[in-house]
Amino acid sequence: MIEKTAAELSQALSSGELSSTELTQSYLDRISKHNRKLNAFITICEESALEQAKAADEKRATGDKSPLLGIPLAHKDIFCTKGVITSCGSHMLENFVAPYDATVVEKFKTAGAVMLGKTNMDEFAMGSSNETSFFGPVKNPWDLKRVPGGSSGGSAAAVAADLCVMATGTDTGGSIRQPAAFCGITGLKPSYGRVSRWGMIAFASSLDQAGTLSKSAEDAALMTNVMAGIDSKDSTSIDRPAEDYTATLNDSLDGLRIGIPKQHFAEGLSAKVEQAVREALKEYEKLGANITEVDLPNNHLSVSAYYVVAPAEASANLSRYDGVRYGHRCENPIDLEDMYKRTRSEGFGDEVKRRILIGTYALSAGYYDAYYKKAQKIRRLIKNDFIKAFEQVDVIVGPTSPHTAFGLGSKTDPVAMYLEDIYTIAVNLAGLPGISIPAGFANGLPIGMHIIGKDFGEGKLLNVAHQFQQQTDWHKRKPNFEPED
Amino acid sequence: MALDKSEVEKIAQLARLHISEADADEVASRITDILALIDQMQSINTETIEPMAHPLDVTQRLRVDTATEKDRRNELQTLAPAAQDGLYLVPKVIE
Repeated sequence: MIEKTAAELSQALSSGELSSTELTQSYLDRISKHNRKLNAFITICEESALEQAKAADEKRATGDKSPLLGIPLAHKDIFCTKGVITSCGSHMLENFVAPYDATVVEKFKTAGAVMLGKTNMDEFAMGSSNETSFFGPVKNPWDLKRVPGGSSGGSAAAVAADLCVMATGTDTGGSIRQPAAFCGITGLKPSYGRVSRWGMIAFASSLDQAGTLSKSAEDAALMTNVMAGIDSKDSTSIDRPAEDYTATLNDSLDGLRIGIPKQHFAEGLSAKVEQAVREALKEYEKLGANITEVDLPNNHLSVSAYYVVAPAEASANLSRYDGVRYGHRCENPIDLEDMYKRTRSEGFGDEVKRRILIGTYALSAGYYDAYYKKAQKIRRLIKNDFIKAFEQVDVIVGPTSPHTAFGLGSKTDPVAMYLEDIYTIAVNLAGLPGISIPAGFANGLPIGMHIIGKDFGEGKLLNVAHQFQQQTDWHKRKPNFEPED
Repeated sequence: MALDKSEVEKIAQLARLHISEADADEVASRITDILALIDQMQSINTETIEPMAHPLDVTQRLRVDTATEKDRRNELQTLAPAAQDGLYLVPKVIE
């Protein structure tokens, strides 16, 4: 039963053939057996999870049929959780216990979901491989010598390895979609503003968005139903009527217009990934979709613009870590400046420091126009490319990543790592929703297909993803990382 | 644009980061590589393009100017590395 989706488990819980307590215990057992191997969790909440499961069972007994009631999930360790450490993958916050729950966490609590623990991640969500975590890298369940992707790598590995039913993640430049692709699961980044960022530790505030890692598009819809909505505590959360994302999952795709950006099938794309995505497109044609080529002429500049915008915002956001109010403080500072500098140098890892330096440089006197303002203009061009493309098509489809999961320690050059996100970054710059779903395998490693939607088109994305999952079973394939058992 | 060690030290000072002498060359060379990636932006003319600061084309939502948070000073100060009598403690600033 641990391999089942939330939609399936919810039925079993409703019919009484299964209790949340049993289910939660099964996952806790599995976590204690496999986490050492995978390093997917930073914190495991055994006691509180069983308490929440018991409470969920009692609610079920009164006839409560909320879909996620009693479903065990994990939160990325970037979401503040009252009474449980929120480390953000950093030494800086290694012992930080937030005094409140993030809105996303609170919403899942209200929905009755059970929190199994907090998942590993790249430090402050800065990375594409999970190797920048202070708590060590996460291993990909499909091949323990490879990365799970990042920054939501712990969440992706935990879902893929059936250590939980589903998990939350955040995506600033691909941090949900790329690990979902590398781990063979479904990962949705909603439109900017769709989900509250309150209590989600800030990396780049105009790009960050919370989303879902799950075993199916249907589960992503169930999660998004819980997460989406305006929040008075986040002025960038958008006031839009609540949608039931499960209601449109079964809409017909007859006449759907799919755009294929030639820039996403260009040099650098692995032949096997390309082949899998092209095969997947044939499935869509069978379902009645029409496929046309679209042009995203400025896509090649997205990584450049992103590495100004994101570090600039990060350098401002991370200035709060000063050793005064919370987090790490160095020993025996001689004066205030010494305290700031040593606290920050000890508390942050190399990649975080690098990005703070880039951001500080881009914003410093004399360079603002050449870097920050220029990047904002490129951002406009990238957004305009999408607006134009979406005049002709309903969704845009391509590969999530140029290739499958790479080896742990194989990418030591930051620039090479940054270019990993060549297909996903533009979506964040434009604020659009994007989803990655499993679309095949190459040498035993999962391949992700990327579907990009119009502003607030999550419903359509989930519909398009769900219909593919009705025709294929890629999303049901399981890794075998359990030798001799 | 290539950065040298002294420029890295200047930025590090602005960011209140300490870069050790031993790491400075490595940091400078990594950042130079990243700036080369960033400089690809300069290849196109954007003179007439309006900068885009944010994905949402909306005005900042405002709320009524009343206090909504309860006083949680004591609770929040338990998180501080050093606090006493309701104050955060830092090294002496004025001699």
